[in-house]
Amino acid sequence: MAETKKIATRESYGNMLTELAEEYPNLVVLDADLAEATKTGIFKKKYPERHIDCGIAESNMIGVAAGLSTVGKIPFVSSFAMFAAGRAFEQVRNSVGYPHLNVKIGATHAGITVGEDGATHQCNEDIALMRTIPGMVVMCPSDDVEARAAVRAAIEHNGPVYIRFGRAAVPVINDKPDYHFEIGKGTVVRPGTDVTIVATGICVDSALGAAEKLAADGISAEVINICTIKPLDNELIVASAKKTGKVVTVEEHSVIGGLGSAVCDCLSEKCPTQVKKIGMNDVFGESGPAAELVKKYGLDAEGVYKSVKEFM
Amino acid sequence: MNNLELQRKANDIRKGIVTAVHSAKAGHPGGSLSAADVFTYLYFEEMKVDPKNPDWEERDRFVLSKGHTAPGLYAALAHKGFFPVEDLKTLRKLGSYLQGHPCINIPGVDMSSGSLGQGISAAVGMALGAQLDGRDFRVYTLLGDGEIQEGQVWEAAMFAGFKKLDNLCVIVDNNNLQIDGPIDKVCSPYPIDKKFEAFNFHVLNVDAHDFDALRAAFKEARETKGCPTCIVVHSIKGKGVSFMENNVGWHGKAPNDEEFEVAMKDLDAIEENLKKAGEV
Repeated sequence: MAETKKIATRESYGNMLTELAEEYPNLVVLDADLAEATKTGIFKKKYPERHIDCGIAESNMIGVAAGLSTVGKIPFVSSFAMFAAGRAFEQVRNSVGYPHLNVKIGATHAGITVGEDGATHQCNEDIALMRTIPGMVVMCPSDDVEARAAVRAAIEHNGPVYIRFGRAAVPVINDKPDYHFEIGKGTVVRPGTDVTIVATGICVDSALGAAEKLAADGISAEVINICTIKPLDNELIVASAKKTGKVVTVEEHSVIGGLGSAVCDCLSEKCPTQVKKIGMNDVFGESGPAAELVKKYGLDAEGVYKSVKEFM
Repeated sequence: MNNLELQRKANDIRKGIVTAVHSAKAGHPGGSLSAADVFTYLYFEEMKVDPKNPDWEERDRFVLSKGHTAPGLYAALAHKGFFPVEDLKTLRKLGSYLQGHPCINIPGVDMSSGSLGQGISAAVGMALGAQLDGRDFRVYTLLGDGEIQEGQVWEAAMFAGFKKLDNLCVIVDNNNLQIDGPIDKVCSPYPIDKKFEAFNFHVLNVDAHDFDALRAAFKEARETKGCPTCIVVHSIKGKGVSFMENNVGWHGKAPNDEEFEVAMKDLDAIEENLKKAGEV
């Protein structure tokens, strides 16, 4: 088997912004002294006059983006998830969400795969924060193909969008000829009958790996990739839950308020089903290499496999 | 408009403020009244706006960063013709479009605001948008003197000064009172002018209730190139209503029926005097 191509979704973000620049002359990119890390530097290189560095002042940056959007620009605002969704939460809520402005937030370095920087920079709360804002679209792409599709979908969508990108290179899993992306639509990436594993972001790959191991044990797992956490593809999740009767969620995020909670919100109302949430278990992360952290916190294929086995 | 016409308009706007807040049984009359002359000058003399076409793309923009003084903005917009003056009585009521703090859906309102410190950033974004595309509209934003205790204000000021946004005019309503008392007793932001100067603004200090001074200041702001302008307007909180003037208790409280009568009498007396002055 040929080696799987790996690319960090933040890289996909920078590449896609650059690709969209000609098509969307009103697209501008804002950053807060992190252009090299968020990869908006790729855009800056080609379109320096359309890249606005706001300095280390994320709250102001969100407000500036809000103002720009009211005079016809389509701003993509970038920083680490910790600062875009965390520090500037109230600015996103009141200056972007409440007036429902056409501002796109590209938040990189989400989750524990930030790695060595440690807990202060590992944002495991952004999905929870962002999905409470009325009208906010929240996306968490799983690979390069999906990240690029999500950025395009975001610019085509009129209204506020939050997209979560990762720091670490992740395998490309969606490069299939029939791949189609739509905001609010999940995808069954592996059909199964005994248990449903709903995953988002980098955990989709882990879920697929876990499903492979489960198959060896005679357990047929259906894997659903949810890129859009809000609005959630309720229909797809309910249909799968009805079929399998057991649901596991996997995310590189706190088990409080993220994908797992969104799935529980959906199922408890529409199809009460036992749900096991895999994610950061109400703890802070720590320094270490990304791959080792993913393993330690049970978010790799082996960890997910073990949790699902226990749950069955 | 000449000064007398502006003074009469400002008095109408003050009546609108008192009427709206009385009807709502809640709201912020003190800072609305202190800024009433600024609202009047902006909407009746300074800004290019068209009440018949509130979304006109080349209009000047205004962001009320001190959003709690929405009654002042709404009264100015109503008298300018953006919506019926009668609607001011629906302020803060369930189902009314006149929300407690400015909302972008209201005709004439360019940005939702009210969480202090945030409006100035949006105004900076609008000014930056104009600068990027070489458009010639101007952007005005009004801040409270207590509001500038918010750190975001200084992030925005640093950025605006650095970007040389000479199409931006920041106005600070210096009435010296915030909820917990005089600003220099709570957490002094003084010297306000020196702070904005340090962030590379052209700074002017003027009397908030003197239309000659406001006229000169806004003209100077318009003519100032290469940096944004900050006009610190020295005002009297509650201006025009005898018992509200310089009284911190009227920051965020509505007059009862009796107090409303007294307030309207005060404003009627001002109107009478202005009428007489006009006849001379």
